[in-house]
Amino acid sequence: MNKAYIFVLGGTSTITLSIFLFVLVPRVEVEKINKEGLSAQAPYTELELKGREVYIENGCVYCHSQQVRDPSAGADKAFGWGRASLPSDYIYDKPHLLGTMRTGPDLSNIGSRQPSRDWHHLHFYNPRLLVQWSIMPGFPFLYDVVSSPTQPSPTAVKLPSAEDKWLLPKPEAEALVAYILSLKRDREPFLPSEVKK
Amino acid sequence: MNAQLIFLVLTFAISVLGMAAFVVALIQGQVLVPPSAARSIFSKNEEGNPELDQRTAMSETWKALDQSARTPIVFFFVSSAIWLVIGSILGLLVSLKFNAPDFLGSSSLLTFGKLRPLHLNIVTYGWLSFAALGVSLWLVPRLTRVPLQNTKILFSAGVLWNVGVTLGCLGILFGYSDGLEWLEFWWPVDILLAIAGAMVAIPLFHTIYRSKEEHLYVTMWYTIAALIWFPILFIIANFHPFHSGVEQAIANWWFAHNVLGLWVTPLGLGVIYYLLPKIIGRPIFSYQLSLFGFWGLALFYSQVGMHHLLGGPIPTWIANLSIVMSVGMAIPVVTVAINHHITAYKHLHMLKDSVVLRFIVFGAMSYTVSSLQGSLHALRTFNYITHFTHWTVSHAHLGLYGFTTMVMFGGIYFAFPRLLGRDWKYPQLINLHFWTAAIGIIIYAVALGIGGWLQGEALQNTAGTFEASVLVTLPYLAARSVGGSLMLFSHLLFLFNICFLLWFQKSEGNHE
Repeated sequence: MNKAYIFVLGGTSTITLSIFLFVLVPRVEVEKINKEGLSAQAPYTELELKGREVYIENGCVYCHSQQVRDPSAGADKAFGWGRASLPSDYIYDKPHLLGTMRTGPDLSNIGSRQPSRDWHHLHFYNPRLLVQWSIMPGFPFLYDVVSSPTQPSPTAVKLPSAEDKWLLPKPEAEALVAYILSLKRDREPFLPSEVKK
Repeated sequence: MNAQLIFLVLTFAISVLGMAAFVVALIQGQVLVPPSAARSIFSKNEEGNPELDQRTAMSETWKALDQSARTPIVFFFVSSAIWLVIGSILGLLVSLKFNAPDFLGSSSLLTFGKLRPLHLNIVTYGWLSFAALGVSLWLVPRLTRVPLQNTKILFSAGVLWNVGVTLGCLGILFGYSDGLEWLEFWWPVDILLAIAGAMVAIPLFHTIYRSKEEHLYVTMWYTIAALIWFPILFIIANFHPFHSGVEQAIANWWFAHNVLGLWVTPLGLGVIYYLLPKIIGRPIFSYQLSLFGFWGLALFYSQVGMHHLLGGPIPTWIANLSIVMSVGMAIPVVTVAINHHITAYKHLHMLKDSVVLRFIVFGAMSYTVSSLQGSLHALRTFNYITHFTHWTVSHAHLGLYGFTTMVMFGGIYFAFPRLLGRDWKYPQLINLHFWTAAIGIIIYAVALGIGGWLQGEALQNTAGTFEASVLVTLPYLAARSVGGSLMLFSHLLFLFNICFLLWFQKSEGNHE
């Protein structure tokens, strides 16, 4: 018999060890934290969860992180992204969206940093309307543009550059903005019983 | 909770028992290998005779083994080349969007956030997996001296894998994505890929079972291990219904780094271990050293993933463990480097004669550089600068392109004529492919490495702005598109070379 079994045996035990260390033990540890129920996030509403789906579908995570490092590790706090993240900030996040790229800024506290709904709609339609140096893609396919001398509907947002042009956010855009506005991880953690929402 | 306890005890017991059994095997002398085994890749009187790109009289002695799985291997190679071209067109589009954010921006299907995961999944699962499996399985008959078994199962696995990758890509386009980096493919598609992966292992193990060779050559160690690791990894990572939040992020990056370290890397190293000495016609420098390289990789590489989350909200011990293991990777990397580079160094003049050798040596050098880079930027001081930046993208391409992709180009250029019994008609085009790909990836890795580093420094500057970290990268991102265009051009040459040999060239110049 040739010696394939050594490699089957050795290969299986090293991968099993790494499953033990990196999949199972962290689960026990994080579950303990989650049981305490402390979170800076309130549970997502149905609309926010729908917006989260839009965020995932359009791959926002490939440019935006949602994890803030301690000031010793970077200028995160100086840029206004809030306190360092805690495991309990993510107990409602499935799938997680921590992200590992900052082509764009971190979004952990974007809901507190930029609370304007209209700003986000204009920015999603075309980021360069508001931030000239931005290299973020626009998402014009989430909007209809209509001409009207007066506000055509209560949700319409006026385009700043063109006269009488209004943005009509599609349902996906409304959901996405609701999700973005819900991100306020700069708050101190609280118990679910303290949530007023 | 109980199921969790059972898994904890079970995995711990399996790993401890496995290690114990391994130590027993070591004591009994079953692990160590005779140095003479390094010569098992040569037939009688073959040593000392180089085997160059085109077939030689020597190739004829291997002919029956080389062509034993002709249909499925050709299918794997052609699939890989088509996915490569699609994947790199997408990659170039994604790259251009950094400098022209409105380019192709009005359609929801062509938005950056969809094309980027498409690019990643296509080059990983479409191109690299197909190419690496094709070359590695093509080598199995040569190394076991038994024709490849179950070729129909292998072919079906290839069909299933193609279906899986296609459906996975459509899913990303139309909003069916698991939403995790490296694991975007929708879960029903993952089942297809896991089955296909396991099906590839059947011909491998059946062929080994039939073999009468007393010793398995080092290439086979890596191939066996990779085909055990991938299905386990893929199933655990995709089907962990109890995961969310930070623990899911940990499992996510555990997988994402292991798919590189335990899937494409071992297959790539295995191919180098065969082709380098085979082309040169001399055995590898130190066969004993290759043992260190293999077992070091198995132990260290499976635990490095958390360096992707340093500074994040993960337990400190797990981050530190990954840092230690990442630095520990220097041991297998240096042993493999000594082995490869010393073997190649004595025969550098042969780079003139064999383009395949150029691909292989370029790949081996990239492996050393990108792995040492990896150990270095797992250190906190280094990581805090490079984390969240394009440096990581540059590093990933140096590993997945400079190393594994270049090695697989070499492997396919070596295997294809022997598989079909026809010689390359336009070796100049293979040469052109090498130079455009090599210059392309060097421009890519250097430009993006510098851009990423500057971006990282801007992200450290508490007196600066985020805006500065974006603006500083723009010229380097443009340079990356130049490198990427060269790479895409080289892939078109690759596809042309393969298709021409397969469909438009009649059998000629037989050595019989």
